Amino acid sequence: MSDILKIKNIRKTFPGVVALDDVSFSVARGEIHTLLGENGAGKSTLMNVLTGLYHPDRGEISIDGNPVHFTSPRDSLSCGIGMVHQHFMLVPAHSVFENILLALDNVPNFFSRKIYKEKIQKLIDEFDVDLDLETPVWKLSIGAQQWIELIKLLMRDCQLLILDEPTAVLTPQEAERLFSVLRRLKEQGKSIIFISHKMREVIEISDRVTILKKGCSLETLNRGDFDESKLASLMIGKDKIPQWQKNLQMSDEIVLDIQNLSVRNDRGLADLDDFNLLLKKGEILGIAGVAGNGQKALAEVLTGLKNTSQGRIMAGEKDITNSNARYSYIAGIAHIPEDRKTIGIAPDMSVDENLIMKSFKSGLFRNWIFQDKKAIRRNAAEKIEQFAIKSGPDGTPVRYLSGGNIQKVIIARELSEHPAVLVALYPTRGLDIGSAEYVHKVIADGVDRGMSTILIAEDLDELLKLSDRIAVMFRGKLIGYVDPRKTTREEIGLMMGGETPGGAE
Amino acid sequence: MVEILLDATVRAGTPILFATLGAIINERAGIINLGIEGLMLIGALAGFAGTYLSGSLLVGVLLAFGASFLAGSIHALITVQLRGNQIVSGLALTMFGVGITALFGKGMVGLTIVGFKRIAIPGLSELPIIGRAFFNQNLLIYFSFLLVFLIWFFFYRTRWGLGVRSVGENPAAADTCGFSVSTYRFLAVTIGSGLVGIGGAYLSLASTPMWIENMSAGRGWIAVALVIFAGWSSPRAMLGAYLFGGITAMQLRFQAMGTTISAHVLQMLPYFFTILVLVISTQRMQKGASQQPEGLGLPYDREDRK
Repeated sequence: MSDILKIKNIRKTFPGVVALDDVSFSVARGEIHTLLGENGAGKSTLMNVLTGLYHPDRGEISIDGNPVHFTSPRDSLSCGIGMVHQHFMLVPAHSVFENILLALDNVPNFFSRKIYKEKIQKLIDEFDVDLDLETPVWKLSIGAQQWIELIKLLMRDCQLLILDEPTAVLTPQEAERLFSVLRRLKEQGKSIIFISHKMREVIEISDRVTILKKGCSLETLNRGDFDESKLASLMIGKDKIPQWQKNLQMSDEIVLDIQNLSVRNDRGLADLDDFNLLLKKGEILGIAGVAGNGQKALAEVLTGLKNTSQGRIMAGEKDITNSNARYSYIAGIAHIPEDRKTIGIAPDMSVDENLIMKSFKSGLFRNWIFQDKKAIRRNAAEKIEQFAIKSGPDGTPVRYLSGGNIQKVIIARELSEHPAVLVALYPTRGLDIGSAEYVHKVIADGVDRGMSTILIAEDLDELLKLSDRIAVMFRGKLIGYVDPRKTTREEIGLMMGGETPGGAE
Repeated sequence: MVEILLDATVRAGTPILFATLGAIINERAGIINLGIEGLMLIGALAGFAGTYLSGSLLVGVLLAFGASFLAGSIHALITVQLRGNQIVSGLALTMFGVGITALFGKGMVGLTIVGFKRIAIPGLSELPIIGRAFFNQNLLIYFSFLLVFLIWFFFYRTRWGLGVRSVGENPAAADTCGFSVSTYRFLAVTIGSGLVGIGGAYLSLASTPMWIENMSAGRGWIAVALVIFAGWSSPRAMLGAYLFGGITAMQLRFQAMGTTISAHVLQMLPYFFTILVLVISTQRMQKGASQQPEGLGLPYDREDRK
């Protein structure tokens, strides 16, 4: 087998950050090569270098033995490198046809719509995908959008396909389907770079695995030389992955009773559709579902960021749907938001200030109308110690902190008012394993104080590990509950695709 | 009566139509251009000067296009290449246009030229009601009809048009498909600005064949609002421009008929309707059917980490 791609000693820095330090690896023709690494190890940066979006500071890239120098995505496309980005590069307002056409080169300026439609349709039929060319992309599911991205590359006849965490947005069944397509492409002689941090998939599909750690390529292993624990230990650098013991105590007292909740989004479609949920005191209720099935709307409704169009939220006997009571009940709306940098913190303000953002009005932190700087500082020092936040010198703007530490700042602030309910939306997304463990621990410790948590996550392993019960949602509806001690991944996977368990409604 | 009113409507609406079409091309590529008012003035003066000095209307129109194209390239340089603030740059362009045309136009005040003449299209111009308004007009108006169709065709039937729309919606997507975002944006801003200039030239070559300081009188701002009303589509821009043309024609008619309503109040009408239209179309937009390009107003930096 000859190498289609070889990269050597790539380095890429951003102002203040070394994203890639020293990366070398090669991809052979007809191989599926996995890049494995924690978040922040530099996988996406490396791929953006390969597709010509970023210019590396130094290092060599060669295609079929010839050194190349990419200055724009156009260069890398002309070398037959195509990528399915983690955040899809689609134009939501345009039709499927227009999106695919955009990716084709050699289309004459005055083109025949009919000929190109037929060409694209032929490929769609070949892979047996259910796609209507005239539908605008924003109406399609995430899974369908991914197909568009893949078809874009296949229409261009790319020889090296890069897939950046393609399964993060798919149900296990959809992922299986994707894998079978990838294997078929491999047989056709195409090479695939597969990026993931889900061990199971990596082991299932990879011919070779290269491990990235802190911007360096650590080692490349051939199929047969790796198993789950070996990869994990290389990736994390610890021999043991800490295991979590679940707290089994749970009372039957209902803390929140969500009844027939419906929410419409900006486009007039239902984000939540007749949604029901019961939350018990002191439990961690996991919410499983493919991203984009209403999880975000649920978190936003509970925390008062969005209004309901129908339905009730009951706390015991009290209706708190649109009342201010919700604010104090979920103690100032304890919420770990999805996008911590844009809505979780005020990035340019200091750690101290971010920590009192919810309680700046309280007498503790002010003298009449002036801030009590000393009290604010004292509070910050306390929290920084309690949550082990690496905060840098006093007054450092929060945005200079690492993702894990920003998350700790948010958690410290959210828990400061002792909420009865914590709504955590993808709380460990983009965190390294150590920080993720810490977040898990804080959530689990909350149980001792009687706090209930709604944990919305995309990683099934995380949900299975932490939750007392798991609720599965699909297209804004509750499909059902499962017991994490008894269920299987397959069962949850089917429910995530909308199938009700055991015929029960 | 209807015939005359319709005729006046088209004549009053055409400069706004050119300006709106130019602005649509800008915004479809994702660049807000608030310099329309200034570009119209630059086009008006350049068109007048070109015709006065050469004696040819065609030279005037080409010069108007060229001058606004150049002025627009300042906006393009700031917003596309340097990723500056589009609002500030656009406002500066308007002020620049007002100032520079007042300065260089001093010597042109009071001069006269022979403006565009009506050319009747045999047969069609005899049609009742619409004949006079649509088929007995000057060349610039016929050109604007053609332009509405050409722009629609360009956007929806050519690859370049698809590129411009994609660059305005999601520049990253267009970039990863091998389109040069900066080239597309730069050309959309400059060519769009050139069309705005022709709208200005219409004022000084057809409406009133002379140069008057600040003769665009806010039409550029109306065009900016009309872009939203038109939902970034050229056929609807035509509708919108004639709506305003109609209101202008009507208020002139009222004045001629000698109503007791103050002329100042009547002259306010088009601008009042601008506000009304903005309120209505903004509300419609919030109800869902947003046609606004998603990348509008956002500079694109390939290496920006989100």
